[in-house]
Amino acid sequence: MSRDGDGRETQEGGAERTPHGYTDYEQARWTQNGTYEPLLSEKDSTRVEIGDDVDSPLPEGLTREELTLPQLSEPELARHYTRLSQMVYGIDTGPYPLGSCTMKYNPKFTEDVAALPDAAVHPDRKAETVQGTLEVLYRLQEYLGRIGGMDAVSLQPPAGAAGEFVGIRVAAAYHADNGGEERTDVIIPESAHGTNFATAALGGYDVVSLPSDEGGRVDLGALEAALSERTAALMLTNPNTLGLFERDITRIAELVHDAGGLLYYDGANLNALLGRARPGDMGFDVMHYNVHKTFATPHGGGGPGAGPVGVVSELAPYLPAPRVRRRGDGNDASYELFDPESTIGTVHGYQGNWLVLLKAFAYIARLGDEGLTDASAKAVLNANYLASRLEYEVPYGPFHHEFVASAGAQDAADVAKRMLDYGVHPPTTKWPEIVPEALMTEPTEVENKASLDDLAAAFNAVANEERETLERAPERTSARRIDQASAAREPRLSWHALEDR
Amino acid sequence: MSFDVPTDRQYLESHEWALETDGVVRVGITDFAQDELGDVVFVELPDVGEAVTAGDAFGVVESIKAVSDLYAPVSGEVVGVNDAVFDAPELVNDDPFGEGWMLEIDPSGDETDLLEAVEYEDQIA
Repeated sequence: MSRDGDGRETQEGGAERTPHGYTDYEQARWTQNGTYEPLLSEKDSTRVEIGDDVDSPLPEGLTREELTLPQLSEPELARHYTRLSQMVYGIDTGPYPLGSCTMKYNPKFTEDVAALPDAAVHPDRKAETVQGTLEVLYRLQEYLGRIGGMDAVSLQPPAGAAGEFVGIRVAAAYHADNGGEERTDVIIPESAHGTNFATAALGGYDVVSLPSDEGGRVDLGALEAALSERTAALMLTNPNTLGLFERDITRIAELVHDAGGLLYYDGANLNALLGRARPGDMGFDVMHYNVHKTFATPHGGGGPGAGPVGVVSELAPYLPAPRVRRRGDGNDASYELFDPESTIGTVHGYQGNWLVLLKAFAYIARLGDEGLTDASAKAVLNANYLASRLEYEVPYGPFHHEFVASAGAQDAADVAKRMLDYGVHPPTTKWPEIVPEALMTEPTEVENKASLDDLAAAFNAVANEERETLERAPERTSARRIDQASAAREPRLSWHALEDR
Repeated sequence: MSFDVPTDRQYLESHEWALETDGVVRVGITDFAQDELGDVVFVELPDVGEAVTAGDAFGVVESIKAVSDLYAPVSGEVVGVNDAVFDAPELVNDDPFGEGWMLEIDPSGDETDLLEAVEYEDQIA
């Protein structure tokens, strides 16, 4: 390393790093007699006898005297889990450009923060004894409100989809109080995330599907035709699923509001806008935040998540109860829980998933205004740089944080399987359907130029391969082509299936 | 790629077929439909005795790629259900016009716009 004129460290030889190509990859594959690394219970199933000399206060029917438990040494156990870890792929292994999902890297320090002893707070403690916890929650409400341009935020919904549902319930409660009982329609662009349609239907609304215009954006003529006195809301993602910014958003907001409807913002693609544009300023009335996409908390995958909801002041009285508010300022500040006056009720225990929210708070606080704006800019830059390196066509643009390439004459699903052989995770495939054989790609801000070049090399290697090669893939991974039909027809969903073997 | 379009029956634009035998209308999905869907993994149908309405959805077919509604060619009462496709949904892929049939309807008179084989062939060409 040396220092340049400004005293910054520069790398000797600058661009002399290895030229980039796809990775020569071979995933570990631990199998025995044709089956994968056995389960612990398959390695050993010793009957452990407790004996009948143990006094138990439990009724006889609830106790047993022996139990089957694997009896393994520490190295056996360590090797088991190490082998399993060698047979998986994740963001700690390589890039993960799964479009629409925003699989950005979750900095490890957020785990440290969530593991602090002070973070382990019993949810039933009295407010005056957990002022620090409440302050974090209050500040997170404020941060999210400022980032989204919203007046009030509820942290309670435990997932993005739950946030959507709360947002639509809040909109319904608002309409019910404002003579809007006849509003039965929710309008959704056909390229929207599937959750939008499900949310509207679960909320009791009729879904009105909106076609895209030739450029891949909302068709204003179709929107005007769809709007009526029955319109409860338009649900919109901006940038949309093609990564395109809805340039007519202020006109769209005007049309929806003139019809008496509300404008709902799906926060899935907020990562593209941080610090530059706010849904509230565009005219949105209610939104949810996917903190796992935008603020680096873990993707739920069925585990604890968070999907906070922000609203403009007219809708604030309907938010879930309780929320956190501050009394007094400076050294006199204190924090308390309160129920919004016309609340739709409680949608999850306490404040939602506190430790997930704490990670989002830690991420926002650490990056700050400049860091968040920079992350967003790099997400957009990375998507555009990667797209510029691909041999696949990208039919719609200009795009922001993600783009949808077309695999052309190749089958997008086969392309995805083959990309695994080059040691990268493939993009989302076959969706949105507006692009034939879609490869929906979102590298996120966390990959550097070298990593993006490697990723592009993997895409381009596959782009030039024969159909037969693609159909055989993957060949270098621990698991080969999965038989999806059998998996769906005869699902094994729990360990009970082991007993049938 | 060419698909079977038997001329002994009629078709819906939504890719169902209807075959009338002795006053009962048997319904299934076409070869083209099963190919578009890919491996069928689940079929949901009404029970015998239920009423179906021409042009309305009567059931659901789910594949590894998509979930689609099934539309009734005629109105009437369900008099037969092919239980075999519940246990072996692959029948829909293997033999869409035969063993992969889904429903038998005793028609009450109303029917939706039905296409002749040659017209349906044009549609999927």
